[in-house]
Amino acid sequence: MSTATPVARASLPKQLVVPVQQHIGEAGKLLVQVGEHVLKGQTLAQASSYVSASIHAPSSGTVIEIDERPIPHPSGLSALCVVIETDGEDTWVERTPISNPQSKSPTELRQIIRQSGIVGLGGATFPTAVKINPGSHAPIDTLIINGAECEPFISCDDMLMRHYAEELISGSQLIQYMVSARHCIIAVEDNKPQAIAALQDIIKQQLLHTVSVIPIPTLYPTGSEKQLIKVLTHREVPSDGFPSDIGILMQNVGTAYAVHKAIIDGEPLISRIVTITGEGIQQPQNMHALIGTSMSELIEQAGGYHKDAAKLIMGGPMMGFTLTTDHLPVTKGCNCLLVENTAEQAPATMPCIRCGACATACPAQLLPQQLYWHASSKNFDLVQDYHLFDCIECGCCSYVCPSQIPLVQYYRFAKTEIWNQERDRTKSDHARVRHDFRQQRLELEKKEREEKLRKKKEMLEKKKQQEAAENSSEKIVDPKKAAIEAAMKRVQEKKAAQQTDTKSK
Amino acid sequence: MQFKTASSPHTTQASSVQSLMFKVLLAMVPGTIAMIVFFGWGVLINILLASVVALSCEALMLWIRKRPIKPYITDGSALLTACLLAIALPQLAPWWLTVIGTAFAIIVAKHLYGGLGFNPFNPAMVGYIVVIISFPKEMTQWVPPLLEDYTLLSFSETMRVIFLNELPLNYGWDAITMATPLDTVKTQLGLELSIHEIETHDQYGPMFGTIGGFGWEWVNGLFLASGLYLCVKKIIDWRIPAGVLLALLVLSNVFALYDYASFTPPTFHLFSGGIMLGAFFIATDPVSAATTSKGRWLYGLGIGAFIYIIRTWGSYPDGIAFAVVLMNMAAPLLDYYTMPRAFGHRWNEFPHHHKGDEDEH
Repeated sequence: MSTATPVARASLPKQLVVPVQQHIGEAGKLLVQVGEHVLKGQTLAQASSYVSASIHAPSSGTVIEIDERPIPHPSGLSALCVVIETDGEDTWVERTPISNPQSKSPTELRQIIRQSGIVGLGGATFPTAVKINPGSHAPIDTLIINGAECEPFISCDDMLMRHYAEELISGSQLIQYMVSARHCIIAVEDNKPQAIAALQDIIKQQLLHTVSVIPIPTLYPTGSEKQLIKVLTHREVPSDGFPSDIGILMQNVGTAYAVHKAIIDGEPLISRIVTITGEGIQQPQNMHALIGTSMSELIEQAGGYHKDAAKLIMGGPMMGFTLTTDHLPVTKGCNCLLVENTAEQAPATMPCIRCGACATACPAQLLPQQLYWHASSKNFDLVQDYHLFDCIECGCCSYVCPSQIPLVQYYRFAKTEIWNQERDRTKSDHARVRHDFRQQRLELEKKEREEKLRKKKEMLEKKKQQEAAENSSEKIVDPKKAAIEAAMKRVQEKKAAQQTDTKSK
Repeated sequence: MQFKTASSPHTTQASSVQSLMFKVLLAMVPGTIAMIVFFGWGVLINILLASVVALSCEALMLWIRKRPIKPYITDGSALLTACLLAIALPQLAPWWLTVIGTAFAIIVAKHLYGGLGFNPFNPAMVGYIVVIISFPKEMTQWVPPLLEDYTLLSFSETMRVIFLNELPLNYGWDAITMATPLDTVKTQLGLELSIHEIETHDQYGPMFGTIGGFGWEWVNGLFLASGLYLCVKKIIDWRIPAGVLLALLVLSNVFALYDYASFTPPTFHLFSGGIMLGAFFIATDPVSAATTSKGRWLYGLGIGAFIYIIRTWGSYPDGIAFAVVLMNMAAPLLDYYTMPRAFGHRWNEFPHHHKGDEDEH
């Protein structure tokens, strides 16, 4: 649908809104201020910790604002963004291309990737520098370059493979060098013959012996990491493990391309290919867009909306999330904008008839139906026994369900509830510890006070006893009596004085 | 521009409970036509009567339970229950028997348990069991399948028998009804005749066709063909019928090889009575069956084994209803112990008991 025309380069927007955090991990540290002039490729925010990624200016211009702006997120969140008013010059910052990367050590190259802000472009946006550093405990045997599209409708990877096969393979080889993998497999779905041919041509031309292109069946969700590894190697990544545990590293084709750009051309990640498609788009196509470009501008350049357009989805039809507005910036993870027309009246949800179509469809080999029963009855212990957390939320079960039950929603609900419970439990654990500590402290204080009091009393008593001992020889005087006597004395003295006064008059 | 929000996935397959049910109903048509041809109008009258009763009871129960009537009454599930039960009943069963069986199936076996999707037992088979236990005599009013010495009644004659209990002039019950082949074999084996003697008997011989009961083999053949079609189209799960037929085949083979004079051959078992209807259309009711792949195999095998046991040693001529309901009871247990290995996990980890459960015990 969106592959009929070549990848168009989106026109330079007047304004770019660049979210500071576009990746999994910690947000970067801001390096620019409002009013500052920045060049294309200049670092706006630097990776702040190990799991973090830098952000760069997608074009030259002036920073006019650094503030909270709406970002593409399922819950419509706002987050810190750097707003750049472009100057139209598109002037690059000084680049340092590396013509002979083999002369650099893998660590040096990883550092460049880190500084270039590269993250997994398949949608996960995990910092690539971290992913290609699996550590010495897990040697990588095979590098898999994932050319299986995440979801139907999305074609940005297909277009990238067709038009940038050489750069892509160069990037793949760089990664292969960095993790010292013996083989590199580029897995491409068999419905992309042009991409396969383009890649094979390059491999033949360059006589690459360790790189091979393997066509795989086009069957959603093969683009998912663990599922693709299974298809290619017949091996399963352990439920609680990583591909590196079985000697595999996987990178998206877009990421491999970005690695090439960063090392060979010295250009950080400031743009990506975005698929703009769906019935609701006049001219479905792929576009090379700068990060921070407003989605509305891209859609306008794709001929605008169809008159019945009703739903805007970031990602694909199976796992993407809906956006309420198109005034949002394109981010590193934005692989597709899908616009659907007014949905026909969705058939009503019927009760589960236990047909088991969901279990047949589940790529994680779970029992979606049992998960559904236990999630809807809020039996959160049992859902975990049925491996709720192995669910990748691919949506296959909901797709095949004849009763039209929104199964994935139930799993999301259960996951969130369990996370909440766990948070509450940790919170209450903390509270209990605090409470116990406070009780102890109070107890201690009380004891101390009592001790003090007791000591004081003892002291007083001792004093009294001493005084008593001192006064024992003298006769005991009642202090009250003494006071009264003293008062009487004073009265008599006064009277006497008055009498002498009147006499003298 | 503002857009609607929704949770993913944003697309679904165009399949529905209704389309599933109607596809199964449609697949029953060829076998049912064969039954009408061989056993007369009673088959059709039973189906129509049961359908009317089932839909009325469904509507009534939905109304009482304050459920939306239209989506449920049109889902085809009540109609399917009615058809399965009606085909299983004798063609000349009195009208009230069909009414009681169907009403019990819909009201008690289906709706009192929570309606569509919540019934632990197959409603049609519960209805069948109720009538076969309560009215054993009426449940023998089977029509002989197009045999020379017997006359098939006309439509109006059949209506009079069913609704008014009026036999046509000059006919007695014995002239228009006859024991089924399965029943005959059981009775005659009890009278110490061998299988061979029964098959070549003057009176009983004609009841046997080439491979199964006369007429029955056609009915079963057609139900088998359309059942296989449903399996190929993945409308029903193939494992359940495969299990039923496999168990029946293995058991009947073993015993027939052991003593061919007293145990009927496997082909007779597979092509007599309601076996193909049972295997492909009744046992595959997803609501009351096991749901895991292995569980469905075991479920089917269990049904096949019980059918053989009841047919051979039980007191009822056919045991599909009892076999299905017995295995319905086992379905949750089968599901529990046949949980598939989840992706990336090494072995089956059964859901363990949790604190709350232990406290109760």
